Amino acid sequence: MSQYMLLVYEEEVDSAVQAEREKVTPTLLELHASLREAGLLVGVQRLRTVESATSVRVRDGQTEITDGPFAVTKEILAGYYILDCADLDEALEQAARLPMAGWGTVEVRPVVSAEEWVEMARQAGVDVSDEAINDLA
Amino acid sequence: MSGGAEPADPVSAAVASAFRDERAIVLATLIRQAGDFQLAEDAVQDAFEAAVAVWRRDGVPANPGAWITTAARRRAIDRLRRNRSVADRAERLAELTRLETQHEEPSMEDETTIVDDRLRLMFTCCHPALAMPARVALTLRALGGLTTGEIARAFLVAEPTMGKRIVRAKRKIAEARIPYRVPADEELLERLRGVLRVVYLIFNEGYVATEGDRLVREELCDEAIRLGELLCRLMPDDAEVWDWRR
Repeated sequence: MSQYMLLVYEEEVDSAVQAEREKVTPTLLELHASLREAGLLVGVQRLRTVESATSVRVRDGQTEITDGPFAVTKEILAGYYILDCADLDEALEQAARLPMAGWGTVEVRPVVSAEEWVEMARQAGVDVSDEAINDLA
Repeated sequence: MSGGAEPADPVSAAVASAFRDERAIVLATLIRQAGDFQLAEDAVQDAFEAAVAVWRRDGVPANPGAWITTAARRRAIDRLRRNRSVADRAERLAELTRLETQHEEPSMEDETTIVDDRLRLMFTCCHPALAMPARVALTLRALGGLTTGEIARAFLVAEPTMGKRIVRAKRKIAEARIPYRVPADEELLERLRGVLRVVYLIFNEGYVATEGDRLVREELCDEAIRLGELLCRLMPDDAEVWDWRR
């Protein structure tokens, strides 16, 4: 068995179109259940919009923090960490500890909790059960 | 206040003076208690609007700051009850309700608490994870009480552009959980540079003014000087803070 990472890219859209997209939630619930049943699913998480992204670089021993995602197209996604942190400051501090921040960029993106994911779907008028919190992510 | 036409009736004058002197402190306190910039700002705005009518009916309270603080917190509770989409809603409601049932306000005369809250607010507004224009705009709004329109005019951008910047910055604070705190000692210097740059930009924007609304720009200079002096009082040992004043 090998592990594969599936990276999901999409264009950011306004709230009306996003509400339309949330309607796939029941399909996702089924999909995640079937992946889990087949023993394939290691983990799935939804990221917040790129507006909440912060980039961390360390150059000459100095930490540089900038608003927004990384934007150098030469750089490629090389790996990921999921950390439990109290707040953004803690996440940025840990990001700066990665040696890769010294030559590359570490993009820090908040993860949407399962509760919030369900709430977002409900806001968009999708009927989701409370148990979905356990099944979605 | 220099020059400008002061409102003639005493109630309007009292509200205006409370707005000038108390708003930033009340806002800072409520952001800390409610954990939400936008909610706190809306609630404080509600409270000042209510003050006009209530003070006209019942007279100006002995301690306008305390009145505004209590009114703003009640508005925040109302708004939280109505808005089901807020994360940690129950937790926040419990905290605000607990404060509501306390008889004694946390002493408003306690100078250190007040100063500390303002400093926290300044560091939150000037967080390095926010883009520089957003930092400037948030600082002016939160600590200076300037409207989005005034800030947009002062920086010669369209009001909707400035509005979007501010909305986005507040959303990032909430979504990415940018903490409402003064950074640890070892980060302080680095952060302080950023804060000073914001204050400097605000001053510059007012000082170099050759076009636009002159009145607002004088207000920017005044505000920058006020923020700078605040920093001097808060961090008397930092040479760069004092340097900045020359």
